[in-house]
Amino acid sequence: MIALVHQAAEEQNPLVPPIPELVIGLVAFAIVFFFLWKKLIPNINKVLEQRREAIEGGIEQAEAAQEEAAEVLKQYKDQLAEARHEAARLRSEAQEQGATLIAEMRAEGQRQREEIIAAGHAQIAADRKQAAQALRQDVGKLATDLAGKLVGESLDDHARQSRTIDRFLDELEEKAEAAR
Amino acid sequence: MQKEFAVSADQMLAFDTDCHLFDGCGFNEVSPGLHSFVFKPIANVGGVDINKTMLLAVLGTVAILWFFWAAFSKPKIVPGKLQMIGEAGYDFIRRGIVYETIGKKEGEKYVPLMVSLFFFVWVMNLWSVIPLAQFPVTSIISYPMGLALIVYILWVGLTFKRHGFVGAFKNFTGYDKSLGPVLPMSMTIEFFSNLLVRPFTHAVRLFANMFAGHLLIVMFTIATWYMLNGIGIAYAGVSFLMTIAMTAFELFIQAVQAYVFVLLACSYIEGALAEHH
Repeated sequence: MIALVHQAAEEQNPLVPPIPELVIGLVAFAIVFFFLWKKLIPNINKVLEQRREAIEGGIEQAEAAQEEAAEVLKQYKDQLAEARHEAARLRSEAQEQGATLIAEMRAEGQRQREEIIAAGHAQIAADRKQAAQALRQDVGKLATDLAGKLVGESLDDHARQSRTIDRFLDELEEKAEAAR
Repeated sequence: MQKEFAVSADQMLAFDTDCHLFDGCGFNEVSPGLHSFVFKPIANVGGVDINKTMLLAVLGTVAILWFFWAAFSKPKIVPGKLQMIGEAGYDFIRRGIVYETIGKKEGEKYVPLMVSLFFFVWVMNLWSVIPLAQFPVTSIISYPMGLALIVYILWVGLTFKRHGFVGAFKNFTGYDKSLGPVLPMSMTIEFFSNLLVRPFTHAVRLFANMFAGHLLIVMFTIATWYMLNGIGIAYAGVSFLMTIAMTAFELFIQAVQAYVFVLLACSYIEGALAEHH
Protein backbone atom coordinates (compact mmCIF):
# COMPACT_ATOMS: atom_id res chain seq x y z
CA MET A 1 0.00 0.00 0.00
CA ILE A 2 2.73 2.44 0.96
CA ALA A 3 4.69 1.50 -2.12
CA LEU A 4 1.65 2.11 -4.31
CA VAL A 5 1.02 5.52 -2.81
CA HIS A 6 4.67 6.39 -3.20
CA GLN A 7 4.52 5.44 -6.85
CA ALA A 8 1.30 7.45 -7.23
CA ALA A 9 2.94 10.50 -5.69
CA GLU A 10 5.69 10.29 -8.28
CA GLU A 11 3.11 10.26 -11.05
CA GLN A 12 1.12 13.00 -9.49
CA ASN A 13 2.76 15.97 -11.20
CA PRO A 14 -0.19 16.76 -13.47
CA LEU A 15 2.00 18.58 -16.01
CA VAL A 16 4.16 15.56 -16.75
CA PRO A 17 2.41 13.59 -19.45
CA PRO A 18 2.15 9.82 -18.93
CA ILE A 19 3.56 8.31 -22.13
CA PRO A 20 0.99 5.47 -22.65
CA GLU A 21 -1.82 8.00 -22.54
CA LEU A 22 0.00 10.28 -24.97
CA VAL A 23 0.23 7.37 -27.40
CA ILE A 24 -3.38 6.32 -26.93
CA GLY A 25 -4.56 9.92 -27.33
CA LEU A 26 -2.61 10.35 -30.56
CA VAL A 27 -3.79 7.03 -31.97
CA ALA A 28 -7.41 7.74 -31.04
CA PHE A 29 -7.24 11.17 -32.64
CA ALA A 30 -5.51 9.75 -35.72
CA ILE A 31 -8.36 7.27 -36.18
CA VAL A 32 -11.00 9.99 -35.89
CA PHE A 33 -9.08 12.27 -38.22
CA PHE A 34 -8.46 9.51 -40.77
CA PHE A 35 -12.14 8.59 -41.13
CA LEU A 36 -13.33 12.16 -41.27
CA TRP A 37 -10.58 13.21 -43.67
CA LYS A 38 -10.73 10.28 -46.08
CA LYS A 39 -14.37 9.33 -46.11
CA LEU A 40 -16.93 11.24 -44.11
CA ILE A 41 -16.08 14.86 -44.89
CA PRO A 42 -15.62 14.25 -48.65
CA ASN A 43 -18.99 12.45 -48.47
CA ILE A 44 -20.80 15.33 -46.89
CA ASN A 45 -19.04 17.91 -49.08
CA LYS A 46 -20.28 16.09 -52.17
CA VAL A 47 -23.84 16.11 -50.89
CA LEU A 48 -23.64 19.76 -49.86
CA GLU A 49 -22.43 20.58 -53.36
CA GLN A 50 -25.26 18.52 -54.88
CA ARG A 51 -27.75 20.27 -52.64
CA ARG A 52 -26.42 23.67 -53.67
CA GLU A 53 -26.76 22.66 -57.32
CA ALA A 54 -30.24 21.28 -56.72
CA ILE A 55 -31.32 24.53 -55.12
CA GLU A 56 -29.77 26.63 -57.88
CA GLY A 57 -31.27 24.27 -60.50
CA GLY A 58 -34.65 24.70 -58.82
CA ILE A 59 -34.30 28.46 -59.02
CA GLU A 60 -33.32 28.24 -62.67
CA GLN A 61 -36.32 26.02 -63.40
CA ALA A 62 -38.59 28.44 -61.61
CA GLU A 63 -37.17 31.29 -63.65
CA ALA A 64 -37.70 29.36 -66.88
CA ALA A 65 -41.28 28.54 -65.87
CA GLN A 66 -41.90 32.18 -65.11
CA GLU A 67 -40.53 33.24 -68.49
CA GLU A 68 -42.70 30.67 -70.23
CA ALA A 69 -45.75 31.83 -68.31
CA ALA A 70 -45.04 35.42 -69.30
CA GLU A 71 -44.68 34.40 -72.92
CA VAL A 72 -47.93 32.44 -72.85
CA LEU A 73 -49.69 35.40 -71.27
CA LYS A 74 -48.35 37.66 -73.99
CA GLN A 75 -49.53 35.23 -76.66
CA TYR A 76 -52.91 35.02 -75.04
CA LYS A 77 -53.23 38.77 -74.86
CA ASP A 78 -52.17 39.10 -78.49
CA GLN A 79 -54.74 36.54 -79.52
CA LEU A 80 -57.40 38.28 -77.48
CA ALA A 81 -56.60 41.62 -79.06
CA GLU A 82 -56.66 40.01 -82.51
CA ALA A 83 -59.99 38.37 -81.77
CA ARG A 84 -61.42 41.68 -80.60
CA HIS A 85 -60.15 43.37 -83.71
CA GLU A 86 -61.64 40.62 -85.89
CA ALA A 87 -64.98 40.86 -84.12
CA ALA A 88 -65.06 44.59 -84.64
CA ARG A 89 -64.21 44.15 -88.29
CA LEU A 90 -66.94 41.53 -88.73
CA ARG A 91 -69.43 43.76 -87.00
CA SER A 92 -68.69 46.75 -89.20
CA GLU A 93 -68.74 44.51 -92.26
CA ALA A 94 -72.11 43.11 -91.22
CA GLN A 95 -73.38 46.63 -90.71
CA GLU A 96 -72.22 47.60 -94.17
CA GLN A 97 -73.70 44.52 -95.70
CA GLY A 98 -76.97 45.14 -93.88
CA ALA A 99 -77.10 48.71 -95.12
CA THR A 100 -76.41 47.61 -98.67
CA LEU A 101 -79.06 44.92 -98.39
CA ILE A 102 -81.64 47.37 -97.11
CA ALA A 103 -80.82 49.80 -99.89
CA GLU A 104 -81.08 47.06 -102.49
CA MET A 105 -84.39 45.85 -101.07
CA ARG A 106 -85.66 49.39 -101.05
CA ALA A 107 -84.64 49.87 -104.68
CA GLU A 108 -86.22 46.59 -105.63
CA GLY A 109 -89.44 47.51 -103.85
CA GLN A 110 -89.48 50.85 -105.61
CA ARG A 111 -88.93 49.18 -108.94
CA GLN A 112 -91.65 46.62 -108.37
CA ARG A 113 -94.04 49.31 -107.23
CA GLU A 114 -93.36 51.33 -110.35
CA GLU A 115 -93.78 48.25 -112.47
CA ILE A 116 -97.10 47.50 -110.88
CA ILE A 117 -98.23 51.09 -111.30
CA ALA A 118 -97.08 51.12 -114.90
CA ALA A 119 -98.86 47.83 -115.56
CA GLY A 120 -101.98 49.30 -113.98
CA HIS A 121 -101.79 52.38 -116.15
CA ALA A 122 -101.34 50.33 -119.28
CA GLN A 123 -104.29 48.12 -118.31
CA ILE A 124 -106.45 51.18 -117.69
CA ALA A 125 -105.41 52.77 -120.97
CA ALA A 126 -106.13 49.54 -122.84
CA ASP A 127 -109.52 49.19 -121.14
CA ARG A 128 -110.34 52.80 -121.86
CA LYS A 129 -109.35 52.44 -125.47
CA GLN A 130 -111.45 49.31 -125.80
CA ALA A 131 -114.32 51.03 -124.05
CA ALA A 132 -113.99 54.06 -126.30
CA GLN A 133 -113.92 51.77 -129.35
CA ALA A 134 -117.00 49.93 -128.17
CA LEU A 135 -118.71 53.20 -127.35
CA ARG A 136 -117.93 54.68 -130.73
CA GLN A 137 -119.41 51.65 -132.49
CA ASP A 138 -122.44 51.76 -130.27
CA VAL A 139 -122.89 55.50 -130.76
CA GLY A 140 -122.50 55.09 -134.54
CA LYS A 141 -125.01 52.24 -134.58
CA LEU A 142 -127.47 54.12 -132.39
CA ALA A 143 -127.15 57.24 -134.47
CA THR A 144 -127.62 55.30 -137.71
CA ASP A 145 -130.60 53.45 -136.27
CA LEU A 146 -132.07 56.74 -135.05
CA ALA A 147 -131.47 58.38 -138.40
CA GLY A 148 -132.96 55.34 -140.17
CA LYS A 149 -136.11 55.55 -138.12
CA LEU A 150 -136.29 59.27 -138.85
CA VAL A 151 -135.69 58.76 -142.55
CA GLY A 152 -137.69 55.65 -142.70
CA GLU A 153 -135.24 53.37 -144.28
CA SER A 154 -132.15 51.59 -143.24
CA LEU A 155 -129.06 53.63 -143.63
CA ASP A 156 -126.78 51.03 -142.27
CA ASP A 157 -124.97 49.98 -145.35
CA HIS A 158 -124.67 53.44 -146.57
CA ALA A 159 -123.47 54.86 -143.41
CA ARG A 160 -120.98 52.09 -143.13
CA GLN A 161 -119.82 52.66 -146.66
CA SER A 162 -119.53 56.33 -146.39
CA ARG A 163 -118.01 56.34 -142.93
CA THR A 164 -119.91 59.50 -142.21
CA ILE A 165 -120.44 58.70 -138.62
CA ASP A 166 -116.82 58.09 -138.00
CA ARG A 167 -115.86 61.35 -139.51
CA PHE A 168 -118.49 63.10 -137.45
CA LEU A 169 -117.27 61.56 -134.29
CA ASP A 170 -113.69 62.44 -135.11
CA GLU A 171 -114.72 65.98 -135.62
CA LEU A 172 -116.48 65.96 -132.30
CA GLU A 173 -113.44 64.64 -130.64
CA GLU A 174 -111.24 67.23 -132.27
CA LYS A 175 -113.58 69.95 -131.12
CA ALA A 176 -113.61 68.59 -127.62
CA GLU A 177 -109.88 68.50 -127.59
CA ALA A 178 -109.62 71.98 -128.95
CA ALA A 179 -112.06 73.18 -126.34
CA ARG A 180 -110.15 71.55 -123.54
CA MET B 1 -5.34 8.10 6.86
CA GLN B 2 -3.72 7.79 3.43
CA LYS B 3 -5.31 9.15 0.29
CA GLU B 4 -6.64 6.44 -2.00
CA PHE B 5 -6.55 6.21 -5.78
CA ALA B 6 -9.60 7.64 -7.49
CA VAL B 7 -10.84 4.14 -8.21
CA SER B 8 -9.37 1.34 -6.21
CA ALA B 9 -10.16 -2.34 -6.31
CA ASP B 10 -12.47 -2.38 -3.33
CA GLN B 11 -14.27 0.96 -3.64
CA MET B 12 -15.84 3.09 -6.33
CA LEU B 13 -15.33 6.46 -4.71
CA ALA B 14 -12.04 8.09 -3.85
CA PHE B 15 -12.99 9.00 -0.31
CA ASP B 16 -14.07 7.47 2.96
CA THR B 17 -17.88 7.50 2.89
CA ASP B 18 -18.07 7.23 6.68
CA CYS B 19 -16.32 10.56 7.20
CA HIS B 20 -18.76 13.33 8.11
CA LEU B 21 -18.80 16.80 9.59
CA PHE B 22 -19.13 16.95 13.44
CA ASP B 23 -17.85 13.36 13.67
CA GLY B 24 -14.33 14.39 14.46
CA CYS B 25 -13.30 13.76 10.86
CA GLY B 26 -11.64 16.62 8.98
CA PHE B 27 -12.47 17.52 5.38
CA ASN B 28 -8.78 17.28 4.55
CA GLU B 29 -9.12 13.50 4.96
CA VAL B 30 -11.67 13.25 2.13
CA SER B 31 -11.01 16.34 0.02
CA PRO B 32 -10.16 15.76 -3.64
CA GLY B 33 -6.74 16.56 -4.95
CA LEU B 34 -4.12 15.38 -7.39
CA HIS B 35 -4.90 11.81 -6.38
CA SER B 36 -8.37 12.26 -7.92
CA PHE B 37 -6.70 12.25 -11.32
CA VAL B 38 -4.77 9.03 -10.88
CA PHE B 39 -6.62 5.79 -11.46
CA LYS B 40 -5.75 2.29 -10.57
CA PRO B 41 -5.30 0.12 -13.67
CA ILE B 42 -8.40 -1.83 -14.61
CA ALA B 43 -6.63 -4.18 -17.01
CA ASN B 44 -3.24 -4.93 -18.47
CA VAL B 45 -2.93 -5.27 -22.22
CA GLY B 46 0.46 -6.37 -23.49
CA GLY B 47 2.32 -4.95 -20.51
CA VAL B 48 0.49 -1.60 -20.65
CA ASP B 49 -1.77 -0.78 -17.74
CA ILE B 50 -5.18 0.32 -18.96
CA ASN B 51 -6.90 2.81 -16.69
CA LYS B 52 -10.25 4.59 -16.71
CA THR B 53 -8.98 7.58 -18.72
CA MET B 54 -7.70 5.38 -21.52
CA LEU B 55 -10.97 3.47 -21.60
CA LEU B 56 -12.91 6.74 -21.83
CA ALA B 57 -10.61 7.98 -24.61
CA VAL B 58 -11.28 4.82 -26.61
CA LEU B 59 -15.03 4.93 -25.94
CA GLY B 60 -15.11 8.61 -26.89
CA THR B 61 -13.34 7.82 -30.16
CA VAL B 62 -15.90 5.10 -30.86
CA ALA B 63 -18.73 7.51 -30.05
CA ILE B 64 -17.39 10.18 -32.42
CA LEU B 65 -16.90 7.66 -35.19
CA TRP B 66 -20.34 6.17 -34.61
CA PHE B 67 -22.01 9.57 -34.75
CA PHE B 68 -20.25 10.79 -37.88
CA TRP B 69 -20.63 7.42 -39.55
CA ALA B 70 -24.36 7.46 -38.87
CA ALA B 71 -24.62 11.07 -40.01
CA PHE B 72 -22.27 11.22 -43.02
CA SER B 73 -21.67 7.70 -44.36
CA LYS B 74 -24.74 7.75 -46.60
CA PRO B 75 -25.62 11.43 -46.78
CA LYS B 76 -28.74 12.57 -48.57
CA ILE B 77 -29.59 15.81 -50.30
CA VAL B 78 -32.60 16.08 -48.02
CA PRO B 79 -30.92 15.29 -44.68
CA GLY B 80 -32.23 13.11 -41.86
CA LYS B 81 -32.05 14.23 -38.25
CA LEU B 82 -28.55 12.93 -37.50
CA GLN B 83 -27.19 14.25 -40.76
CA MET B 84 -28.73 17.64 -40.04
CA ILE B 85 -27.07 17.81 -36.61
CA GLY B 86 -23.77 16.61 -38.08
CA GLU B 87 -24.00 19.20 -40.85
CA ALA B 88 -24.70 21.96 -38.34
CA GLY B 89 -21.57 21.00 -36.35
CA TYR B 90 -19.49 20.59 -39.48
CA ASP B 91 -20.64 23.89 -40.90
CA PHE B 92 -20.03 25.65 -37.60
CA ILE B 93 -16.37 24.65 -37.65
CA ARG B 94 -15.93 25.14 -41.37
CA ARG B 95 -17.56 28.54 -41.75
CA GLY B 96 -17.46 29.79 -38.18
CA ILE B 97 -13.80 29.05 -37.49
CA VAL B 98 -11.74 27.93 -40.49
CA TYR B 99 -13.13 30.30 -43.14
CA GLU B 100 -13.16 33.14 -40.63
CA THR B 101 -9.50 32.79 -39.68
CA ILE B 102 -7.60 31.15 -42.54
CA GLY B 103 -9.99 32.06 -45.33
CA LYS B 104 -11.98 29.91 -47.71
CA LYS B 105 -9.30 29.35 -50.35
CA GLU B 106 -6.37 28.43 -48.10
CA GLY B 107 -8.44 27.02 -45.27
CA GLU B 108 -10.44 24.37 -47.12
CA LYS B 109 -7.80 21.65 -46.77
CA TYR B 110 -7.52 22.16 -43.01
CA VAL B 111 -11.26 21.70 -42.48
CA PRO B 112 -11.09 17.92 -41.80
CA LEU B 113 -8.33 18.41 -39.23
CA MET B 114 -10.17 21.20 -37.46
CA VAL B 115 -13.49 19.36 -37.44
CA SER B 116 -11.74 16.29 -36.00
CA LEU B 117 -9.92 18.40 -33.41
CA PHE B 118 -13.07 20.16 -32.27
CA PHE B 119 -15.21 17.07 -31.87
CA PHE B 120 -12.38 15.03 -30.35
CA VAL B 121 -11.64 17.69 -27.74
CA TRP B 122 -15.30 18.36 -27.08
CA VAL B 123 -16.25 14.72 -26.55
CA MET B 124 -13.20 14.12 -24.35
CA ASN B 125 -14.26 17.17 -22.30
CA LEU B 126 -17.85 16.01 -22.25
CA TRP B 127 -16.96 12.84 -20.33
CA SER B 128 -16.73 15.11 -17.30
CA VAL B 129 -20.51 15.25 -16.94
CA ILE B 130 -21.54 11.90 -18.42
CA PRO B 131 -22.96 9.80 -15.55
CA LEU B 132 -20.69 6.92 -14.38
CA ALA B 133 -17.77 8.24 -16.46
CA GLN B 134 -17.63 11.69 -14.85
CA PHE B 135 -14.03 12.36 -15.68
CA PRO B 136 -12.73 14.67 -18.42
CA VAL B 137 -10.14 12.81 -20.46
CA THR B 138 -8.53 16.16 -21.34
CA SER B 139 -7.69 16.76 -17.65
CA ILE B 140 -4.82 14.35 -18.21
CA ILE B 141 -2.12 16.50 -19.85
CA SER B 142 -1.15 13.77 -22.34
CA TYR B 143 -4.26 14.23 -24.45
CA PRO B 144 -4.15 18.02 -24.90
CA MET B 145 -0.39 17.83 -25.34
CA GLY B 146 -0.64 15.24 -28.11
CA LEU B 147 -3.15 17.38 -29.98
CA ALA B 148 -1.16 20.58 -29.42
CA LEU B 149 1.91 18.76 -30.71
CA ILE B 150 0.14 17.85 -33.97
CA VAL B 151 -0.88 21.48 -34.45
CA TYR B 152 2.60 22.70 -33.52
CA ILE B 153 4.37 20.42 -36.01
CA LEU B 154 1.86 21.38 -38.69
CA TRP B 155 2.20 25.14 -38.38
CA VAL B 156 5.97 25.14 -37.91
CA GLY B 157 6.33 22.87 -40.94
CA LEU B 158 3.99 25.11 -42.94
CA THR B 159 6.01 28.18 -42.02
CA PHE B 160 9.24 26.65 -43.36
CA LYS B 161 7.49 25.36 -46.47
CA ARG B 162 5.88 28.69 -47.26
CA HIS B 163 8.70 31.12 -46.41
CA GLY B 164 11.94 29.13 -46.60
CA PHE B 165 14.45 29.05 -43.76
CA VAL B 166 15.16 32.79 -43.50
CA GLY B 167 11.55 33.73 -44.07
CA ALA B 168 10.42 31.28 -41.42
CA PHE B 169 12.95 32.70 -38.98
CA LYS B 170 11.66 36.20 -39.66
CA ASN B 171 8.11 34.89 -39.25
CA PHE B 172 8.86 33.26 -35.89
CA THR B 173 10.70 36.27 -34.54
CA GLY B 174 8.37 38.95 -35.89
CA TYR B 175 11.26 40.59 -37.74
CA ASP B 176 10.49 44.28 -38.36
CA LYS B 177 13.25 46.76 -39.21
CA SER B 178 11.26 49.77 -38.06
CA LEU B 179 11.66 48.60 -34.45
CA GLY B 180 15.28 49.80 -34.57
CA PRO B 181 17.31 49.20 -31.41
CA VAL B 182 14.49 47.26 -29.72
CA LEU B 183 14.57 44.69 -32.50
CA PRO B 184 16.97 42.16 -30.90
CA MET B 185 14.97 42.08 -27.69
CA SER B 186 11.67 41.90 -29.53
CA MET B 187 12.97 39.07 -31.69
CA THR B 188 14.17 37.12 -28.67
CA ILE B 189 10.85 37.48 -26.91
CA GLU B 190 8.86 36.61 -30.01
CA PHE B 191 11.05 33.59 -30.69
CA PHE B 192 10.46 32.17 -27.24
CA SER B 193 6.83 33.18 -27.20
CA ASN B 194 6.02 31.57 -30.53
CA LEU B 195 8.16 28.47 -30.58
CA LEU B 196 8.37 27.49 -26.93
CA VAL B 197 5.56 29.07 -24.93
CA ARG B 198 2.84 28.81 -27.54
CA PRO B 199 2.52 24.99 -27.77
CA PHE B 200 2.74 24.78 -23.99
CA THR B 201 -0.06 27.31 -23.39
CA HIS B 202 -2.10 25.76 -26.18
CA ALA B 203 -2.10 22.41 -24.36
CA VAL B 204 -2.18 23.72 -20.80
CA ARG B 205 -5.08 26.11 -21.42
CA LEU B 206 -7.32 23.16 -22.24
CA PHE B 207 -5.82 20.86 -19.64
CA ALA B 208 -6.02 23.37 -16.77
CA ASN B 209 -9.60 24.35 -17.53
CA MET B 210 -10.79 20.78 -17.50
CA PHE B 211 -8.61 19.89 -14.53
CA ALA B 212 -9.96 22.78 -12.46
CA GLY B 213 -13.52 22.15 -13.59
CA HIS B 214 -13.37 18.53 -12.57
CA LEU B 215 -11.77 19.41 -9.24
CA LEU B 216 -14.57 21.88 -8.50
CA ILE B 217 -17.33 19.41 -9.29
CA VAL B 218 -15.69 16.68 -7.21
CA MET B 219 -15.05 19.13 -4.40
CA PHE B 220 -18.69 20.17 -4.12
CA THR B 221 -19.91 16.61 -4.56
CA ILE B 222 -17.74 15.28 -1.75
CA ALA B 223 -18.47 18.31 0.43
CA THR B 224 -22.20 17.68 0.03
CA TRP B 225 -21.77 14.16 1.32
CA TYR B 226 -19.29 15.20 4.03
CA MET B 227 -21.59 17.88 5.49
CA LEU B 228 -24.66 15.64 5.50
CA ASN B 229 -24.80 15.38 9.29
CA GLY B 230 -27.00 17.26 11.80
CA ILE B 231 -27.17 21.01 11.13
CA GLY B 232 -24.68 20.43 8.33
CA ILE B 233 -27.60 19.33 6.09
CA ALA B 234 -28.28 23.01 5.39
CA TYR B 235 -24.68 23.52 4.25
CA ALA B 236 -24.91 20.31 2.26
CA GLY B 237 -27.94 21.74 0.39
CA VAL B 238 -25.94 24.79 -0.67
CA SER B 239 -23.04 22.59 -1.69
CA PHE B 240 -25.40 20.38 -3.70
CA LEU B 241 -26.80 23.41 -5.53
CA MET B 242 -23.22 24.42 -6.28
CA THR B 243 -22.58 20.95 -7.71
CA ILE B 244 -25.52 21.41 -10.08
CA ALA B 245 -24.42 24.93 -11.00
CA MET B 246 -20.82 23.85 -11.59
CA THR B 247 -21.97 20.95 -13.76
CA ALA B 248 -24.01 23.33 -15.92
CA PHE B 249 -21.07 25.73 -16.05
CA GLU B 250 -18.77 22.85 -17.03
CA LEU B 251 -21.02 22.02 -19.97
CA PHE B 252 -20.47 25.56 -21.20
CA ILE B 253 -16.72 25.56 -20.51
CA GLN B 254 -16.26 22.23 -22.30
CA ALA B 255 -17.67 23.62 -25.53
CA VAL B 256 -15.84 26.93 -25.15
CA GLN B 257 -12.47 25.25 -24.55
CA ALA B 258 -12.91 22.97 -27.55
CA TYR B 259 -13.80 26.04 -29.61
CA VAL B 260 -10.81 28.02 -28.31
CA PHE B 261 -8.43 25.12 -28.93
CA VAL B 262 -9.51 24.91 -32.60
CA LEU B 263 -9.62 28.68 -33.02
CA LEU B 264 -6.02 28.95 -31.79
CA ALA B 265 -4.94 26.09 -34.04
CA CYS B 266 -6.47 27.95 -37.00
CA SER B 267 -4.90 31.23 -36.03
CA TYR B 268 -1.44 29.58 -35.77
CA ILE B 269 -1.85 28.13 -39.25
CA GLU B 270 -3.08 31.45 -40.55
CA GLY B 271 0.04 33.09 -39.07
CA ALA B 272 2.23 30.48 -40.72
CA LEU B 273 0.65 31.11 -44.13
CA ALA B 274 0.61 34.91 -43.83
CA GLU B 275 3.13 36.86 -45.87
CA HIS B 276 4.21 39.17 -43.06
CA HIS B 277 3.66 38.23 -39.51
